[in-house]
Amino acid sequence: MGYPHEPHPQETVLLSQYFGHKEARTYDGWVQRGGYEALEKALSMDRERIIDEIKEAGLRGRGGAGFPAGVKWGFMPKEPSGPHYLCCNADESEPGTFKDREIMRWTPHALIEGCAITQYAIRAEVCFIYIRGEFTEAIEIMELALAEAYARGVLGDNAMGSGQRLDMYVHRGAGAYICGEETALMNSIEGKRGNPRIKPPFPAARGLFGMPTTINNVETLTAVPHIINRGSSWYKSLSLSNPRSTGTKLFSVCGQVQKPGNYEVVMGFPLKDLLYDLCGGMRDGRTLKACIPGGSSVPILNREESEACLLDYEGCQNVGTMLGSGGVIVFDDSADMVYQIMRLTHFYAHESCAQCTQCREGTAWTTRILQRILAGEGAMEDLDLLLDLSEHMTGRTICPLADSCAAPVVSGINKFRNEFEAYINGAKPATVAAV
Amino acid sequence: MHQKTEYQPVFTGEQREKLDDILQRYPNKQAALLPALWMVQDAHGWIPEDGMVEIAEVLGLTAAHVKGVATFYTMFHKHPVGEHFIQVCTTSPCNVCGAEDVVHAFLEHTGCGELGATSPDGKFTVIEVECLGACGFVTPILIDDDFIDGVTPEMVPELLARYR
Repeated sequence: MGYPHEPHPQETVLLSQYFGHKEARTYDGWVQRGGYEALEKALSMDRERIIDEIKEAGLRGRGGAGFPAGVKWGFMPKEPSGPHYLCCNADESEPGTFKDREIMRWTPHALIEGCAITQYAIRAEVCFIYIRGEFTEAIEIMELALAEAYARGVLGDNAMGSGQRLDMYVHRGAGAYICGEETALMNSIEGKRGNPRIKPPFPAARGLFGMPTTINNVETLTAVPHIINRGSSWYKSLSLSNPRSTGTKLFSVCGQVQKPGNYEVVMGFPLKDLLYDLCGGMRDGRTLKACIPGGSSVPILNREESEACLLDYEGCQNVGTMLGSGGVIVFDDSADMVYQIMRLTHFYAHESCAQCTQCREGTAWTTRILQRILAGEGAMEDLDLLLDLSEHMTGRTICPLADSCAAPVVSGINKFRNEFEAYINGAKPATVAAV
Repeated sequence: MHQKTEYQPVFTGEQREKLDDILQRYPNKQAALLPALWMVQDAHGWIPEDGMVEIAEVLGLTAAHVKGVATFYTMFHKHPVGEHFIQVCTTSPCNVCGAEDVVHAFLEHTGCGELGATSPDGKFTVIEVECLGACGFVTPILIDDDFIDGVTPEMVPELLARYR
């Protein structure tokens, strides 16, 4: 289950083309598949031309925020007054998301190539690939690929004979979801607690070690070589719905569905086709109840909304949610939404860095109130209390972790209120022990 | 009870060279703190306070800063754990596919009884972990540094046998 599958005819495989090909992990195997041609080409290009190409392609951040990558690169100073840094965000920890793991496990050189091109474009001689500590296999594979890339002259003081210095290191995290937030990630590399920083200053002005820094997600960086090879017009043409959402996107489908796994489709692909065709639909005798299309931090969709959702930045907005990281969590009619929402808020309570009161207290109290409801000790007022708490957790903190905890609670109560009420009025027996 | 044994320093010989090599990557010594904490944990199985003091001395930091950082990150053990440390993902996507049954199987077959406790033979500690980032491969677990996915309750006895 979930392992690389033969691509479905409706998939458009760019990033996932070689998932499952063990030989693609080696330098030679990667070069045989056209690897490092884009880097060689990029190293002979004007830096501004590369940034323009990425802007024109419309590539947007695949980690969750959807910010245009080329625009972000354009914020970096043109006249360096000190070192610049690139951070590759491989701290993939958003519940429901497991695409970066597969990119690193199967095509480590694709990520190295994307990082190297980006480093060159933003004048960063050093790149840190920040991988979450639990990804032991991905870390090992990336380390091996980096050693090979150095040995073959792709990286180092004279990258591919261009005279350009490109150094790249893995920095291992140690179990903190919050380090996927870009400023927390930089603090973590600096040997500090992973507390997010107040912005501004933005990383392009004062980032890692106080120097101009760009942070991009693994999937975003891995798309870069394809754009350099085939051009922005081609990439821009990969769009099924809104021209502001371009390219392919990996969707990590998980939960109660026949065939979970990573599916790569063109932006604007219908969620209903992804679930019912590519993923083989619901398990036997089950129907779709709810779906979270962008990782656990985005609002939950009910069945009707899910079936109307087009998978791009705007299409998700149109049904009141977000594309996020593309982690698609599926719940069928057997799922207990109250319990599952409690598991999500429990996650955020565990992962709060505790800097901001609204988050530290809000995530914990939200979880306790939900546990009280699940224990059969809730009151109808608790639902208003949860909504009130959520409102005070939205848009009030340094980073969006508190907002992310509020999203499933608010959408869950609004769309599945009857399930909460059933616990409160005793129609459904308690599922957890009293707290 | 745990007998107090003399702390064996980590950063000597080859390990010192390894740390010096890592230090080359960063513009200051503090940035090598997470790598140094990993090295101490790899050597001792956990991070004793003496280890934090050693790191502080080697990297020119205060012991308080090292402890503050070590306690922030959940993967660093601040107290001894079983010989094999088992982490089972129980966040929603895994949960809805039966991850809690996998947890119960581990608690039963290791003899740990409860989460966070070490088994009477000292072999295992089992915890629930928040999202392991392998949600399509339920249930993913970590045994020490071994990432294993697709685990079902039925597989647990055989898996444990490999670590006994």
